[in-house]
Amino acid sequence: MGRYVARRLLLTIPVLLGASILIFAMVFALPGDPIRALGGDRPLSPAVVEVLKERFHLNDPLWIQYWEYLKGLLRGDLGTDFRGRPVLDTIERTLPVTVRLTIVAVLFETIIGIIAGVLAGIRRNSYFDNLVLVSTTIIVSIPILVLAFIAQLLFGLKLGWFPIAGTRDGWFSYVLPGLVLASGSLAYVARLTRTSIAENMRADYVRTARAKGLPRSRVIIRHTLRNSLIPVVTFIGADIGALLGGAIVTETVFNLPGIGREVFDSISSQEGAVVVGIVTLMVFFFIFFNLVVDILYAILDPRIRYD
Amino acid sequence: MKFTKRNSALVATALAGAMLLSACGGDDDNGSGSEGSGSGGGTFSMFVSEPENPLIPGNTTESEGDQVVNALWTGLVKFSEEGEVQFDGVAESIESEDNQSWTITLKDGWTFHDGTPVDAESFVNAWNYTANPENAQDGGSYLSRIAGFQEVQDGAATELSGLAVEDDLTFTVELEAPFALFPAVVGYNSFYPLPEVFFEDPDAFGKQPVGNGPFQAEEEWVPGEGVTLTKYEDYAGDDAAQADAVEFMVYADVATAYTDAQDGNVDIIDVIPADVIESAQSEFGDRFIETESSQITYLGFPTYDARYADPRVRQAISMAIDREAISEAIFAGTRTPADSFVAPVVDGYREGACEFCAYDPEAAKALLEESGFDTSQPVELWFNAGASHDAWMEAVGNQLRQNLGLEFQLRGDLDFAQYLPLGESKGWTGPYRYGWSFDYPAAESYLTPLFTEQSQPPLGSNYSFYADPQVSDLIAQGDQAGDEAEAIELYNQAEDIIAEAMPMAPLFFTEIQSVHTENVSNVRLDLFQRVVLSEVTVN
Repeated sequence: MGRYVARRLLLTIPVLLGASILIFAMVFALPGDPIRALGGDRPLSPAVVEVLKERFHLNDPLWIQYWEYLKGLLRGDLGTDFRGRPVLDTIERTLPVTVRLTIVAVLFETIIGIIAGVLAGIRRNSYFDNLVLVSTTIIVSIPILVLAFIAQLLFGLKLGWFPIAGTRDGWFSYVLPGLVLASGSLAYVARLTRTSIAENMRADYVRTARAKGLPRSRVIIRHTLRNSLIPVVTFIGADIGALLGGAIVTETVFNLPGIGREVFDSISSQEGAVVVGIVTLMVFFFIFFNLVVDILYAILDPRIRYD
Repeated sequence: MKFTKRNSALVATALAGAMLLSACGGDDDNGSGSEGSGSGGGTFSMFVSEPENPLIPGNTTESEGDQVVNALWTGLVKFSEEGEVQFDGVAESIESEDNQSWTITLKDGWTFHDGTPVDAESFVNAWNYTANPENAQDGGSYLSRIAGFQEVQDGAATELSGLAVEDDLTFTVELEAPFALFPAVVGYNSFYPLPEVFFEDPDAFGKQPVGNGPFQAEEEWVPGEGVTLTKYEDYAGDDAAQADAVEFMVYADVATAYTDAQDGNVDIIDVIPADVIESAQSEFGDRFIETESSQITYLGFPTYDARYADPRVRQAISMAIDREAISEAIFAGTRTPADSFVAPVVDGYREGACEFCAYDPEAAKALLEESGFDTSQPVELWFNAGASHDAWMEAVGNQLRQNLGLEFQLRGDLDFAQYLPLGESKGWTGPYRYGWSFDYPAAESYLTPLFTEQSQPPLGSNYSFYADPQVSDLIAQGDQAGDEAEAIELYNQAEDIIAEAMPMAPLFFTEIQSVHTENVSNVRLDLFQRVVLSEVTVN
């Protein structure tokens, strides 16, 4: 197992390198002149434009720019944006916001999603099962933008249960945005769990467990649920990776200064160093959580071995 | 100056639709933790989008940082509501015999927030820093009238040869050419003083600046969140802060900020989403304020393109646009029809100065036929993407189709980063969107940068590449005129020639809307569209 993890971790290095080259090339290929756009309708003086282009190696070919970036990276320097703000500072500032939002969202989707899925799965075609089916269909079909605004207006402004926007109330500020962000995945988790449980309830080993006279709760939690979790864990793992990439709409509506908003702004202003730094980090998260999922497989199903 | 609210323009546009929902409700007004009453004291909060640059005045030319920088700094002069220069700032006097060699005398007793004196040195050092391209300050080009600016740009010198410190409170400024309006020019950010501590560590300074204004920064600016500025007790000016502190709250989306203001969580917002303006008016009553601004939206013409080389074509297109209708239908009255090449807030504005700005479809049609314009080809309309220009540019196109029988094609898919360089290389193949607001309250601040030959790209913003020596001449004469009335007369003559040639058609003047909660009073916007924070009182 240890060797397997080490090998997988080592493999991330070439993947990250390749990803950063790709992202770098894509930002490089964006048409237009980012320095020129800094001044808006009133242009910067040509001398200032020249100085900035020189400073950020924008006059050099792609591979020199990438080499300069890589040289900085080896010194632990992720570079700066065109305004001289270190990219590392930007990440340190925005990542915690996104991490908190992700934690809240994942808690919601895991706890509510799995409980709803299990209850629906063990009593198929019951009233509760239909309720879960209908409500998840509704949630999945509403765009998150609309959901976010409705939640903000209803629970924030009208009822006043939650803060409308911002991060001033600590973890409490993340509850409403987290719930909105989790809503879509929550519906998927509930449905995945339901289907999986329903299928496994008919499996031989469950029947055997029942026949042995085990209590119903033990049959469901230890036997059925554990075996039904593999697709759910796969989904949640991938979802964590995606959520850590930032949720532009949720972060914008609820005014959370997270990483999604940052990367969106940086792409529109062609801030190469910021985009490459953040997106490479996102790639790493994705790889990492996929690894965690693979390890969890072995724990959930002892038949799976990595050697 | 630029006025693009850059942040997440795309998202903001997408969200705008949903804002309709939030027009209703929200009438509880628990303030944001303020307890002061009567005169003075208390804390209020102010909406702001993330400033694009570090908080250094010479590097701040966009509206967001501008608001913060001007709470922290007071310049040499200030302006009355009519745009007159007032010596309410640091300058005791700004004098010249010949409009070229200026002597600036400072008032005694002004200090920076760290206690060091505001002296001649602090101005001269700051100006030299801002002008030097090595420091890449956005506002550097504002100093271009000072002698030696070009040498500094070329790298031949590091300091402006036109600046000299006489004594602690006096310094002299030599200009490249006589310019009577110089005292107005120095009212802008690029001319603010910098304390010694700035030069030790500009990066740290940009996060927690030390200025000389009514408010001081006792903590660092937190990107994405904002900062609370407190009243500077030893402020030497007449406009000391009424409140104890102002909290700048950063919002990524104006719609969210507006919802927060409805609930009383943020006290002042100076940008209202267009689709809620009408409901904001009824909801906030006299706490909804409309202010004229210096911003003009133009439809420029590529005079270098053979199709648009004939002034009659440009006049006809200008006359065929029903500005009133577009202003009502699309801007909900936030823009008013423009009838002049300079904004109404400056001296020298004349109602109806732009003869061909009046809507007259019959005359327009006749004029276009007379010019022999090829109507078989569509007119291409250029604008930058992601900044909500689509709807009104399409309306302009529809007017051209309806009134002139022209087909049109929208060319609005380029970002600023591509849009401007294309215009610079004469790549716009049809009328283009352009916006401008003044650097200092004067007609000249529109005419020189937009309509003279020396302002053609890449040095300036004359993207129509219009050039008429007579216009440049008249403006130059106005710059050297003995008194203001004479200068205005000459600028007006230049404007008349421009109005005939119509290199850019003025379309709209912008009005700025702001709302505030019952927590604050005395909210007003100045000519630069900034909320005058020192005057705000907390109830």
